Amino acid sequence: MSATGIGAAVRRKEDRRFITGTGHYTDDINRPGQVFAYFVRSPHAHATIRSIDVKSATAMPGVLAVLTGAELGADKIGNLICGWMIHSKDGSPMKMAAHPALANGKACHVGDPVAVVLATTLAQARDAAEKVKVEYAVLPAVTDPAAAQKQGAPQIHDVAANNTIYQWHLGDAKAVDAAFKSANHVTKLDIVNNRLVPNAIEPRAAIGDYDSGTGTFTLWNTTQNPHVARLVIAAFVGMAPENKLRVIAPDVGGGFGSKIFIYPEEVVALWASKRVGRPVKWVADRSEAFLCDAHGRDHVTHAEMAFDVDGKILGLRAKTIANLGAYMSTFSSSVPTYLYATLMSGQYEIPQIYCEVDAVYTNTVPVDAYRGAGRPEATFVVERLVEVGAREMGQDPAELRRRNFIKKFPHQTPVIMNYDAGDYNASLKKAMDLADYKGFAKRKRDSARNGKLRGIGFSTYIEACGIAPSQAVGSLGCGVGLWESAEVRVNPTGSVEILTGCHAHGQGHETTFAQLVSDRLGIPIDNVSVVHGDTDKVQFGMGTYGSRSGAVGMSALVKALDKVEAKAKKVAAHLLEAAEGDIEFKDGKFSVAGTDKSAAWGDVTLNAYIAHKFAGQELEPGLKEGAFYDPTNFTFPAGCHICEVEVDIETGNTEIVAWTAVDDFGVVINPMIVEGQVHGGIAQGVGQALCEGAVYDKEGQLLTGSFMDYCMPRADHLPSMNVDTTVTKCPSNPLGIKGCGEAGAIAAPAAVINAITDAIGTEDLTMPATSSAVWLALQKANRMPHAA
Amino acid sequence: MYAFTFHRPQTVRQAASLLAKNQEAKLLAGGHTLLPTMKLRLAGPPQLIDLSLIDGLAGIEQSGRSLTIGAMTRHNDVNTSPVVQQAIPVLAKLAGMIGDPAVRHMGTIGGSIANNDPNADYPAACLGLGVTIVTNKRRIKADEFFTGMFSTALEPAEIITKVSFPIPKKAAYQKFRNQASRFALVGVFVSKRGSDIRVAVTGAGSNGVFRVSSFEEALKKRFSPKSLEGMTIPADGMNSDIHGSAEYRAHLVGVLARRAVAEAIGKSAA
Amino acid sequence: MAANTAAVSLTVNGKPVTAEVDPRTLLVQLLREHLRLTGTHVGCDTSQCGACVVHVNGKATKSCTVLALQLGGANVLTIEGLAAPDGPLHPMQEAFRENHGLQCGYCTPGMIMTAVDMVRRKGNDLDEHTIREELEGNICRCTGYHNIVKAIAAGARAMRGTSAAKAAE
Repeated sequence: MSATGIGAAVRRKEDRRFITGTGHYTDDINRPGQVFAYFVRSPHAHATIRSIDVKSATAMPGVLAVLTGAELGADKIGNLICGWMIHSKDGSPMKMAAHPALANGKACHVGDPVAVVLATTLAQARDAAEKVKVEYAVLPAVTDPAAAQKQGAPQIHDVAANNTIYQWHLGDAKAVDAAFKSANHVTKLDIVNNRLVPNAIEPRAAIGDYDSGTGTFTLWNTTQNPHVARLVIAAFVGMAPENKLRVIAPDVGGGFGSKIFIYPEEVVALWASKRVGRPVKWVADRSEAFLCDAHGRDHVTHAEMAFDVDGKILGLRAKTIANLGAYMSTFSSSVPTYLYATLMSGQYEIPQIYCEVDAVYTNTVPVDAYRGAGRPEATFVVERLVEVGAREMGQDPAELRRRNFIKKFPHQTPVIMNYDAGDYNASLKKAMDLADYKGFAKRKRDSARNGKLRGIGFSTYIEACGIAPSQAVGSLGCGVGLWESAEVRVNPTGSVEILTGCHAHGQGHETTFAQLVSDRLGIPIDNVSVVHGDTDKVQFGMGTYGSRSGAVGMSALVKALDKVEAKAKKVAAHLLEAAEGDIEFKDGKFSVAGTDKSAAWGDVTLNAYIAHKFAGQELEPGLKEGAFYDPTNFTFPAGCHICEVEVDIETGNTEIVAWTAVDDFGVVINPMIVEGQVHGGIAQGVGQALCEGAVYDKEGQLLTGSFMDYCMPRADHLPSMNVDTTVTKCPSNPLGIKGCGEAGAIAAPAAVINAITDAIGTEDLTMPATSSAVWLALQKANRMPHAA
Repeated sequence: MYAFTFHRPQTVRQAASLLAKNQEAKLLAGGHTLLPTMKLRLAGPPQLIDLSLIDGLAGIEQSGRSLTIGAMTRHNDVNTSPVVQQAIPVLAKLAGMIGDPAVRHMGTIGGSIANNDPNADYPAACLGLGVTIVTNKRRIKADEFFTGMFSTALEPAEIITKVSFPIPKKAAYQKFRNQASRFALVGVFVSKRGSDIRVAVTGAGSNGVFRVSSFEEALKKRFSPKSLEGMTIPADGMNSDIHGSAEYRAHLVGVLARRAVAEAIGKSAA
Repeated sequence: MAANTAAVSLTVNGKPVTAEVDPRTLLVQLLREHLRLTGTHVGCDTSQCGACVVHVNGKATKSCTVLALQLGGANVLTIEGLAAPDGPLHPMQEAFRENHGLQCGYCTPGMIMTAVDMVRRKGNDLDEHTIREELEGNICRCTGYHNIVKAIAAGARAMRGTSAAKAAE
């Protein structure tokens, strides 16, 4: 292993600009003559818009225009779409309601944009927005997913009776019923997977800039996938042909899924820039972000697990209602279906699984993928069932897991996935050793002496990452292919630019992708630059989410590097006057087998461009290759997280006192970056379990609309984490990578709740397990000790 | 923010006169409540009167059994003052629990008290120590000063200049944070100075900071957590919101009061 | 620009600055929009996230919660002023890089400015508990804080005996 190659903890190349304040996030960019957009948003969760009077707003100082859905319609700007078709069990297609970028006659959630003010300064735009008179006829609202389907619930969209988007299922219901009939024990749980607000610290932003001379649009945007944004805005919204629209994703301050989607604001910024003839900038306030960034999770589930007399799992069944909010966001339909039910087998050999999912509209912010997307929800169901099952049957939760682990690979689950490699015993054992599971009983006694309840919780999770084989996802309804592209441009002097369709917003691709190139070509890492995030530079790519950039994006890079090496060998053969087949390439040097003749990397790259040693007719000059890589399977990162908590009996306050994570991510390119991804994922999972939760009131007002009420995990909510790995190589991609971006967020919630419920001795606890929720659970279970 | 004109008076008299002339004007002390509120357009004072150039409004002084803190004294300065740490250590500690380090560099005691946020820490200290609030017009006892949520006895054009703290024999503050805002979900301040026993509660009451006379009576018999054993306060009149029910807050008042008394006498509450 | 403006003169990163501003202008807007010092970020509107932390007269301050007009004569230090543009990094910046204390980088300038202030107030030997408590006003969504805590401890040690702490004031 070289100091900068695969497996080395190389310090990040991108850091200098971030630690010196010289990064370029969207809001740091200013266009000459730019004006500011401020959105008038519905204060009502559900209302008919009777009229919009923009006259006095238009007359305000600095205002260039006030635009509404009427102008949007007149300009034939199309609706936003959901790009994954799900069919109900009766074969009918999902009921996708129109989603205009500015409300058209009706507002469906608090924050739904109904007009936009364009003005010279932001303060002027905001002042004028208050003068836009919107007459609403307020309608009854529904925010709870289970209530949305009930008789008499307010109907949000005409296309969806009972607000139901689809009623989907996966698995063999009859076989599962038979398995349950033969069971010795059945564990039943009602689970709420709480609604989360992603809250990347950089709020979303967009600058639309129309060039009337060339008829082209440029969009600077906080996006995780600029090409997908361009495709949707060109092909569906109809803003401009793809070749007349450039999307640039500069430095992006975190995404966690929320910046995958195509939102109304960027569409409006582009459209308005043509309307007013000036670049248009929009930057979300945090309060605004709470009302317009897609939320995550929000499931209500009843789940059951059947065990035989030996504690072997016989079957699992679950019925979930998934809240998709007021409109179907870009990938929303896939999250509670193919990214959820397909993971219901966990790490276990479960003969039969059946899962039903109803997706519903409610008068809330749209819900879509948030770190883990479906897989945290599945893991929570499976890992709570196993843990509670063990407790009910009086078995050790680790032992029950071990007994049910899948041990032979490949393993076909009853829910589509074919696990290719793993060693679940290894990660469990290593985690138990690191967590000193054997010493837990003593620690519990020590805590009790200090008036604290101590608990320990496991989560042996699995996820499907490396998203995704195009043919597979196409057959399941996805509207796009999920391959990735890479291009390697070698310069005459031997330095290299690589272009990737992935996009980094914290993941460190500028370092890890360069490590791969440095390793492969034997050149210094500083001679490698990574280009991403600009549709004019990178031909096409699918972006970064679903822990795909290593497994899919770097695999594309490997393919392109294969081609570069092959071409460079041809050049070297001419240069060294040897047969191409005799050229060997190692550590940045080309040599002729069996001789002492060799040429350095730089000699070969220069010769590729000057082309003095070969005729251009027989070998093309230049050294630049591209590749598209389409995976053949998902990857299956898995591992074991163990959480240990202390609960203050009197206040219900939970402190996480220890965290152990042992993950199998396959081959690791940069362990420092991988550990960082695990830490961050765990923090988000702990946030979901302990303190985060979006709460709506009955009228559809978001009660947790700022950091004053929505609790973001802070440094003192978290312990230092003990993070380690085991390795089984992923057999389906050339590097053996599985992916690490979401693991922590997937594993953590179940580990925390399993630990707290272990401590307090009752399972009746919903997330987030705030101190008041834990206290209430203790009260309900009548376990409150007499006041000390 | 809505537009406003900005004034920087040099004296309290000038400030008071500006305030008298502009009924809707607001005083800017540390600004860490007012400015966020203005940014969200939840407040729109047409005039803002910055107190930071006025000499003599900040500072800490001890004279005999009383400690005087100027209205513009920043939380961080109270937190780190050797005088405060020596005279009323719990007050220094409490100041260090407000907001976060950057907030404490700007926020002031006068601003906090005048705002009387129902979840703020200083009102609990003021009521729990029985302070005297000194204004440009008069001296007001804490028991008369806090008149309800975001409401005080301050009259128009009245400006807090300093707060006078009697030095207690024993005192402690227990803060149970709202994990999102970091304000007190419930905070209980207890003190003992001769026969004057005080238990003041912030965060819990729907009408702002209040005293718990039943606890005070019990503690008068013996200043010990045991005196409060099994005692609680009614949930009626407690705040109830997504962060905690009235019952939970009422329960926490009892728990934190016992812990505070234990801390005050240097014992563990368990 | 509204008709109602006022002038303010202060020192930013060692350079005298005079600006004519709308009274509504916050320090962070003065820095980002008037002076084009875009390293100071805005992550919330309730003074909680700390992405905007700079030093005012040597003390960590949330630049989103101070008016520019409050700062006549003040000395402001931003992330851009912590180290010379092409010179060596400040030990705290170096510690963040070395310990992978950042991912997306958005909260980082505020974290670093907070960390340098922490050392000024709490010294060079910072234990984990102290660091976590002191980070109450800084939110990071990427790192889970683990490596930020490590970075601050290391940066604090590295600042010992250097002029860095002094320069930050």
